[in-house]
Formats: sequence, structure tokens, C-alpha cells
Amino acid sequence: MTTETVLPIDREAVISRSKQNNEPEWLSELRLEALQAATRLELPKLEKTAIRRWKLDAYGSYRQEEKLTSLDSLPQQALDLLTASEADTNLLVQRNAEVVYDKLAEDLKAKGVVFTSLSAAVRDHEQLVREYLFKAIGKDEHRLTALHAAYWSGGVFLYVPRNVQVEVPLQGLFIADEEGTTCAPHILIVAEDNSSVTYVDNTVSGPGVKELVHSRAVEVFVKPGAKVTFASVHHLNKGIVDISIRRAVVENDGSIDWIIGEMNDGNGLSDTTSILKGNGSKSNTRAVCIGMGEQQLDLTTRAVHIGKHSDSNMVTRAVMQDQATAIINGITKIEHGATHANGEQTERVLMLSPQARGDANPMLLIDEDEVTAGHAASVGQVDENQIYYMMSRGISREMAERLIIYGFLEPIVKSIPLKEVSEQLQKLVERKLER
Amino acid sequence: MSQSPTLVIRGLKASVEGKEILKGIDLEVKGGEVHAIMGPNGTGKSTLASAIMGHPKYEVTAGEVTLDGENILEMEVDERARAGLFLCMQYPSEITGVTNADFLRSAINARLGEGNEISLIKFIRKMEEKMKELEMNPEFAHRYLNEGFSGGEKKRNEILQMSMLEPKIAILDEVDSGLDIDALKIVAEGVNRMRGPERGFLIITHYQRLLNYIKPDFVHVMMQGRIVKSGGPELAERLEAEGYDWIKEELGIEDVTVGNDEEEFKVPMNTIAPESLMKK
Repeated sequence: MTTETVLPIDREAVISRSKQNNEPEWLSELRLEALQAATRLELPKLEKTAIRRWKLDAYGSYRQEEKLTSLDSLPQQALDLLTASEADTNLLVQRNAEVVYDKLAEDLKAKGVVFTSLSAAVRDHEQLVREYLFKAIGKDEHRLTALHAAYWSGGVFLYVPRNVQVEVPLQGLFIADEEGTTCAPHILIVAEDNSSVTYVDNTVSGPGVKELVHSRAVEVFVKPGAKVTFASVHHLNKGIVDISIRRAVVENDGSIDWIIGEMNDGNGLSDTTSILKGNGSKSNTRAVCIGMGEQQLDLTTRAVHIGKHSDSNMVTRAVMQDQATAIINGITKIEHGATHANGEQTERVLMLSPQARGDANPMLLIDEDEVTAGHAASVGQVDENQIYYMMSRGISREMAERLIIYGFLEPIVKSIPLKEVSEQLQKLVERKLER
Repeated sequence: MSQSPTLVIRGLKASVEGKEILKGIDLEVKGGEVHAIMGPNGTGKSTLASAIMGHPKYEVTAGEVTLDGENILEMEVDERARAGLFLCMQYPSEITGVTNADFLRSAINARLGEGNEISLIKFIRKMEEKMKELEMNPEFAHRYLNEGFSGGEKKRNEILQMSMLEPKIAILDEVDSGLDIDALKIVAEGVNRMRGPERGFLIITHYQRLLNYIKPDFVHVMMQGRIVKSGGPELAERLEAEGYDWIKEELGIEDVTVGNDEEEFKVPMNTIAPESLMKK
């Protein structure tokens, strides 16, 4: 049953953009192959989310943005999200389709660290980019990855050479604030042997954007002994569908920490995977999510164990209000041969209204005997006795509910290793709950 | 604050899931007074406490309750608390992720109102002082509210909240259940420290031993959802010596319980039954 799908992206536009950006031949070809594949590929199969009913055709068109020399012209709402004290360095800003600002501290440059837009890196660091781009995420896994591969623009290339420890977090800021314009950043991070780096990004939208598919792909390559912390918080408008696919490939004794904050107001597909390829590789995933209105969310955290003694821990907590729906999947896959692997996962959903829906689906898929694995999942309502207890001390119902929600998210927020991110997440949770 | 408060309960009837538990209670508690409500299990004592505080499960079907002339039955639970009522609960809830200190500060600030919030330093000092009096480990300030607390620790925590919130009328619902004798003394001392003309107490218990440490001014006995006998401290002493049977005989009551409220009979899983119960 193959039907030619009408794509939201035009072939001529892909060709002309690739040309305009002076992209190497192989990349132009990759884009066109992906676009071709998109016509025959299906949407990803989501067990319980009717993604085909989502508005998935508003990819927008490419528009050039003016480069910025200072951050002053950016919306205050976006600037508030920058956390570091010297907010204008070690920062990259993408506005709609293009990176408009990027600045890396001189000392890091001197050490060989690269932190630049991916669209520039395909020319300036061509060999490196070519070696890794679309190697963790296949360009033709399903229609959404294919469309992303064909149409991504801007993005981040972060490269940390062997033995280099980047002590300060590098920040990304993504702003979608023009109706009808593409926002599809691709983030590629390569941490060489025994290096370490922390990357934090925020994604916001302007009030003018009524309809858009924000398409994001993140590929992280963690080489032997390297350590990468990746924190990402999305808070996009109601009309924006967020498709975010993140994947790390972790080699011997490497580790990845994922911190994911899903604070969007629109529908979202979020899929975060660690492929623990190396022996002794580790991953730690923490995700928080707040759903409201009629939002539909499909959140997956996944760990694939290939290496021996590999270790994964995944924790997701979601708060659902109004008529929001969340499908929370946790998948621990242990391949044959991954002896002494250990995989733990927990999914918890707190529902604040009788119309809200939350499904927690823990899955352990284990093809090896000598392993340990565990899961815990719960879906529950706010306990009226708790509300009564707090109210009997003079606290209003509203405040009591809020304390319970914060309390519910606290164990994750507290465990975030970056103080700035944890504080900011707290603020965003407040903002979203206060509306 | 110096004004002496008055809680007046008139003809209070309340039911749970359609079953009438309180069948007309009349009681007046003034500042400076300690009233004890005694009676066997299942006679409606805890229902009285919950109905006054406003637990959603209890429906008041008749009568009135006023605090300093204000009708509290028309108030939400939090408004009742801010008006000066406090209920020390038999089974306090556990709340993950909210620390004891944060909770208490929110409660105090809710009472003081916006713009009059207690300063952090003042709050911490006061909390530390009160915790010391109750011989609580200072760590408890930063533990999640009641989570993993033993029965005795929970009760001490209730008294801590009471002493921080300084209510006009404090209702203690079976505060002695699950306490060993040392903890009982500490809790009683905590209550006694708070006695004064600006505060009235309503203490619900079915063991007389608590009243050895908190001397009541008035003692009321509840059976079948009513106050069947009232007197001075001598009434508690007689109950201790002779039990409840003489009252039952006097009034011709066979079954003292009301509504067969099963919950009243339950011994909570997480508390140790008091010695006096173990003996029977």
C-alpha cells in the first residue's frame, strides 16, 4: 500500500537553498535522497498517539536572517533565558532558519574547540561533519527524519578535541518568531576521547507564530572516556508542533547526561535515546514535562545496551492538566552480549484534572541473561487528603496544588547537575502553571 | 491577639456518605480553657473534629459553628485555618518534594497575607527554637513533609505546626495515639506551653493517660454521636478508675457507636498500638 505522499517541502527549494549555502556536493545529494525517501516513508509508528492527525505540513519556507553583532535586538523573553554571567560568549543564537550570532571564548578556540553553526561547519569543517552527520540518526528512518534531513538549516556543530575539558556550559538559543519561516536546527556534537563538555539550549517562539512544525534532530558522539551533559528546554507556542529526536552514541567508558524539559504549549513528539555501544558506557536521562490545554505529547526515553557493564538510568515525570494527553514510554533494550549491563527506569504521571490522560509505558526488552534491570511507573491524581491537609494550615487550594506539583517534579529538578538549568526550569514550570 | 477567642458549636449534625454521625452537638470553648472530649471508639469524636475543620467527606446537615461570632461553616478549609482554627490530625498526610520548612513558611505567610510575609531569618529562628523544645532533630526541617516519619515524629510535627501557627482554637484529634510515654510527655509539654487566655483547646482522646499530662478544665463524654455527659477534671479521673460502663448503665446505652464508621476502628498500619490497648 504505497501511496505517493504530497510533501510539505518543495524539491526546488531544497536545491536552491543548498546552492545558496555553498554546500558540498555530498550534502546536496543527501538532502535530495532524503526528500525522495520522504515520499515513500511512513510517519513514525507511535503506539497510542494519533500523530497523523497533527498538523504536520507547516514546515515554512527558508528566509535569510540578518547577522547580529550584539544581542540587544533579540526579544527580552529570549534573553531572559540566558543563564551564564557573561551571556554573550560561548553562545549561539538561531533565529528561525539561520544562525544569527555565535561567539566562543578565545581560550576555548585556542584549545581547538569548535562551536559554530552547522551550516557553516559543512564548509569549514567538512571532513569532520561528513564523518558524523546523520550517522546516529538515519536520514530515512521515517518520514519525519527524512524531511528533517532534507530541510534542516542553521544548527550547531560542537567539537571538543581529545583530552580537552570545557568547564563552562556552551549555550544555544533558538527563536522561532516569524510566521511561515522554517525552524529546523540540527545539532551535532562530537566529544573526542577523554574530553568533557556541557551544552545547554533553550527554544522559544514569538507570539506571531501561529502554525509551524519545529523539526529538531540532535546527534551526540561520545568517544571513549568522554563525558557530555546535554540539557534542553523547549517552550514553544500552542500552534507549533515540536518534533525532537535526540540520539547519543556512547563508546567505552563514555557517559551522556540528558536533561530534557518539555514545556511546550503545543503537540510534541520527543524521543531521546542513548546507544550504549562501548563497555562501561553510561547514560543518565531526566525528563520533566507539563501538559495543558488540549496538548498531545508522546515522550520516549530509550537506552540501548550493547557494551558490557553499560549502565543506564532514565526518569520521567509529567504533570497533565486540563484535557492534555501524554504517552510516556521508557524503553530499556539490552542486546545479547551486553553482560552485566544495568538499566533502570521510572515514569510518573500526575494528573490534575479528570479529563487529563497519562499513560506510562515501561518496557524492558532483554536479550541477555547476566543483567540487572528495573522499572517503576505510576499514574495518579492529586490526593484530596493532601490538599485538605495543606488547606487546614491556611494554604489555599491553588497554592496547595502548586506545592504538590512542585513537590512531584522536585526530585528531578533537584538532581540536575547544573544549578542554572535547574533554577531556570523551576521558573519555567512556575510560568507554565501560573498562566 | 490579646482578645480571648470563643468557639461556639450549636446543634451540630453531620453525616458521612448519607449516614448521620453527629446527632446534635453543643459546646462552647473559650480562650484559656482546655476541653477534653472522651469516649470509646466509634462514637463520633473524630467526626466532630473533621466537621469543624471542614473535611470534604463530612457533610454538616444542621447546626452552626462560630468563631468569635463568625460563621465558619460558610468558610473554605483554608479560610477556617486563617481565621484561627487548627486541627492536629490523627493521620497527617505525607507530601513528597515539599520540605517541612517550606510548607510551614507557606502556611505562616498565607496567614500573614501578601506584603506581611515573615522574614526568612525570623522564620528559621522561630522554627529552630520550637523544634528544640519538641526535641526534634533539626534535619526534620529539610525533610519532605511527614514522608517516612514515624507515628511519633508525625505527631511532634503536628505540634510544631501548631506552635508556629499560633491558632486561637486548637483541636487535637487523638494526638496520643501511637506515642510512647516519652513522646507523649514532650507533646503534652508542647501543648501546655501554649496554654493561655488567647487560646482555647479541644482535646479528643479515648485514653485518659493524656489527661494526666494536659489537665483539662472541662471533660465531655461522647456516645452515639452526642455529648452524653459533661463535668470537670474529676470526670476524667472517674473514667480512668471505672471505665465507661457506669455511664452506659446510667443512660441505658448498649451500643455506644454511631454509623458503624469502620475507619474509626482501624488501627493504622504504621503506628504501634498504645500500651493500654495492648493490655485489653
